[in-house]
Amino acid sequence: MSSPHSSVATPQATRLAPPLAGARNYPAQKPAEVYLFGTCVLDLFFPEAGMDAIRLLEREGIRVHFPQGQSCCGQPAYTSGYTDEAREVARAQLALFSHDWPVVVPSGSCAGMFRHHYAELFHDEPATLRQVEALAARTYELAEFLLEVCRIQLDDRGSPIKVALHTSCSARREMGTHVHGRSLLSQLGQVERVDHDHESECCGFGGTFCVRMPDISGAMVRDKTAALAGAGADAVVSADCGCLLNINGAFEKQQQSLRGEHLASFLLRRTGGKSDGVQS
Amino acid sequence: MSAHADTPAIPISFKRRAHDAVHDAQLRKNFRGAMDFLMAKRAAQFPDGDELERLRAFGNRVRARALSKLPDLLQRLEANLTRNGVKVHWAETVDEANAIVHQIVAAHEAKQVIKGKSMVSEEMEMNHYLEGHGVDCLESDMGEFIVQLGNEKPSHIIMPAIHLNAGQVASLFHDKLEVDYTEDVDRLIQIGRETLRRKFFEADIGVSGVNFAIAETGSLLLVENEGNGRMSTTVPPVHIAVTGIEKVVENLRDVVPLLSLLTRSATGQPITTYVNVISGPRKADELDGPQEVHLVLLDNGRSQAFADSELRQTLNCIRCGACMNHCPVYTRIGGHAYGTVYPGPIGKIVTPHMLGLEATRDLPSASSLCGACGEVCPVKIPIPAILRRLREENVRPPAAEPHHMRGQGSKYSRRERYAWKAWRTLNTSPRLYRLFGLAATRLSGLIPADIGPWTEHRSAPKPATRTLHELARDHLGED
Amino acid sequence: MNARDRILGKLKQSLAGTTPIADDYDDALLTAPWSYPAEHRVTRLCNLLQAVHGETVLTTAAEWPARVSEALASRGIDELLISPATAHGQQFAGYLALNGLVTRLKAYDRPVEQWKDELFFSTPASLTGTLGGIAATGSLVVWPTPAEPRLMSLVPPLHIALLKASEVVDNLYQIMQTQRWAERLPTNALLISGPSKTADIQQTLAYGAHGPKELIVMVLQDA
Repeated sequence: MSSPHSSVATPQATRLAPPLAGARNYPAQKPAEVYLFGTCVLDLFFPEAGMDAIRLLEREGIRVHFPQGQSCCGQPAYTSGYTDEAREVARAQLALFSHDWPVVVPSGSCAGMFRHHYAELFHDEPATLRQVEALAARTYELAEFLLEVCRIQLDDRGSPIKVALHTSCSARREMGTHVHGRSLLSQLGQVERVDHDHESECCGFGGTFCVRMPDISGAMVRDKTAALAGAGADAVVSADCGCLLNINGAFEKQQQSLRGEHLASFLLRRTGGKSDGVQS
Repeated sequence: MSAHADTPAIPISFKRRAHDAVHDAQLRKNFRGAMDFLMAKRAAQFPDGDELERLRAFGNRVRARALSKLPDLLQRLEANLTRNGVKVHWAETVDEANAIVHQIVAAHEAKQVIKGKSMVSEEMEMNHYLEGHGVDCLESDMGEFIVQLGNEKPSHIIMPAIHLNAGQVASLFHDKLEVDYTEDVDRLIQIGRETLRRKFFEADIGVSGVNFAIAETGSLLLVENEGNGRMSTTVPPVHIAVTGIEKVVENLRDVVPLLSLLTRSATGQPITTYVNVISGPRKADELDGPQEVHLVLLDNGRSQAFADSELRQTLNCIRCGACMNHCPVYTRIGGHAYGTVYPGPIGKIVTPHMLGLEATRDLPSASSLCGACGEVCPVKIPIPAILRRLREENVRPPAAEPHHMRGQGSKYSRRERYAWKAWRTLNTSPRLYRLFGLAATRLSGLIPADIGPWTEHRSAPKPATRTLHELARDHLGED
Repeated sequence: MNARDRILGKLKQSLAGTTPIADDYDDALLTAPWSYPAEHRVTRLCNLLQAVHGETVLTTAAEWPARVSEALASRGIDELLISPATAHGQQFAGYLALNGLVTRLKAYDRPVEQWKDELFFSTPASLTGTLGGIAATGSLVVWPTPAEPRLMSLVPPLHIALLKASEVVDNLYQIMQTQRWAERLPTNALLISGPSKTADIQQTLAYGAHGPKELIVMVLQDA
């Protein structure tokens, strides 16, 4: 696996870390049309969050396209070491976005797969690699897209509430999604964002990690839910469905009333939008 | 598939040890406290994020440059050390390294060896080996001394006794050194000082590790706070340094960025109390220092990592321990659960080269790939990417070429491979995928409440009544 | 083939056809963040030393012997390991004689083997010179010599070091370059940044682990 960012002269050349990434350049104009890549976990477990993302985008005057051929970004196989299988699933997704519209992903780790890891999967297929690099350049995690491309202005219509924000590790480290999430929440006048203990620490999901190493993962999610519950928050918000599945499953098992909600649903509800009412 | 038919004991016991560790409240508390302390100390040393990122990039470049000419630098190092009067030895395996040390010990009829902190000597299990040959081998770093006294292994590469609190050390000293029980840390350290000072005085041979071996000047650089490293390398008549072949840097000035990264990342210090640069034994007109200095250069699997340019990055490591300090897994289970000399994220990526993937097959999986380790690594080792790569090596068919690693395919399972192929088919066929979605949402009642490891700590996930594919099609039309 | 040749052979084979990475050393990154106005250097060095329980005394080239004497007296120490072969050793001896003081001066004038017991168990204090100081990290540069051997700054529980204010530089890179270390390293070169310490028991700092329990730096402001 050659890193996409370093110019490796020969496969055996000693590698340097990729150069420091500068700030991302955002388009000056908000686009008229976008693709939504829903992600597999959201598709099955949090479809209303996907619809809320669509409604937020539509409210910004953007026409949303949802390619029905989409499935999974390939991450589960990729992180399990089944690289060939991941590559073929990734290839199937690549075929879906033929227009040059931005691709918006309401789940941070899947957006990171498009943005950072597809290039590794196709490093020795030059034609595909060009396609992948173009896709990466127009892929946005939802919070980032709302904030930096739509330059959304949120008008809070809800009553005062305290909210804890959990950000998935890959979204935080690959795309700075925690900054975007905080910034969006800060636009809501009645919402007070509260910090929680060890906020940047992993919730213990980690894809197949949670079933391969149940003791360790269980200890991590117990600590995470305790920190969230101890933060004095009325609500927990996250923009990553894997984390939400993990955190909500643990809250439920512990018979706590607190549940994590997708950022898209929270933002839509606070600003007077109507959800489909489809509950998971 | 013989590779997993004769499963070795270590990986199985990893899960058992991890299980025990997460249920040990005292251990969890000790590690959480210690890791929080070390993370805060490091953060305080890097107030300027821009300086940190530029220095990490520089550190990465210095290490990568050294690796890009490693054989040349090792030869230059050897030539310059030899010119300075240091004897250089090479060992491919820990057995060879121990034999070299033993030869030197035997030549001097040495009975007592005092050791400064050295992870390579842990790798060699030198204490055990020398004791088997009738030689006393005493650790002098306070943390190492404590774990040796307790007949334990280090649980952290920088702070070996980090799993113990003061009360536990107090009990240990009381039992083993027959001193009055005290939890006063100053007093405990003074007891250690008095005990060990006598040993420095008596020792025939001092053993140390090396933080950086400098090719340009033929020098060995060691950092430490206690002074035991200086004692071990100065007082006994013979000094044996042991180190890995990757520890060499090209020029003296290359240590400036690495030193700054090392001490700030490791313990949150601008510099350690001592930086000790050794460039030779005692000269004719000098009144102290060892009469003989030896350097043992150990491979022990490093050349295997070196052979692949992705895995080679593992050898950038300067052993600061920041990856373990920031690792949520290490924080939960501590260092002993890994069952390896190097615990934590760096241990997971370096140990498979030393012991083979058979013996370490669960280690690459013991990560949520959260990326905290890669984010803090001062020399920018892409630890999560390497963990993923090791998972790939773990599940490749054992006989598949090219063969990158000893123990390739140690987790190869035909059944699991078929499952992923089925997953691939499902996710590359939109019709099948949508059918699956329909089935999962409509038949969600059939999901049992107990689905193995997931439901030990969580309720079973419940699919929604309709998929996003369906909702989106209703709302947006077919796209 | 021996181990050496096999190891080198494997490494060379792994690099076949590759080009070494160029040395584009970024000295600005190691100097710019660690540069100080001349009048702040000594202050910074003293602050950093004090932060790790080092004691600093601002004094002069003429007065330091009196300060050293006071430091010894206040600790009830009546002997000092100091080299008669150095200018500062002679100055201190002269000061004692002039003032009729009885501090016993010991010289490290024979190989350690001949007086190891005394050095280890009945030498409470030592005094050495330094080759300079580093403001960035609060460090002393000490290169042991035949007159002031390696263990002089390590074994006695109290180490007193003389530092000329004019020899305090900004950072390690600078002193390494200006003093041309790469060409002339001694058998042992040291940076010392405080008394010996450890945090190996429950992250609790304790001083005097194996080396000096106390470090006093006499900063000669006019030297």
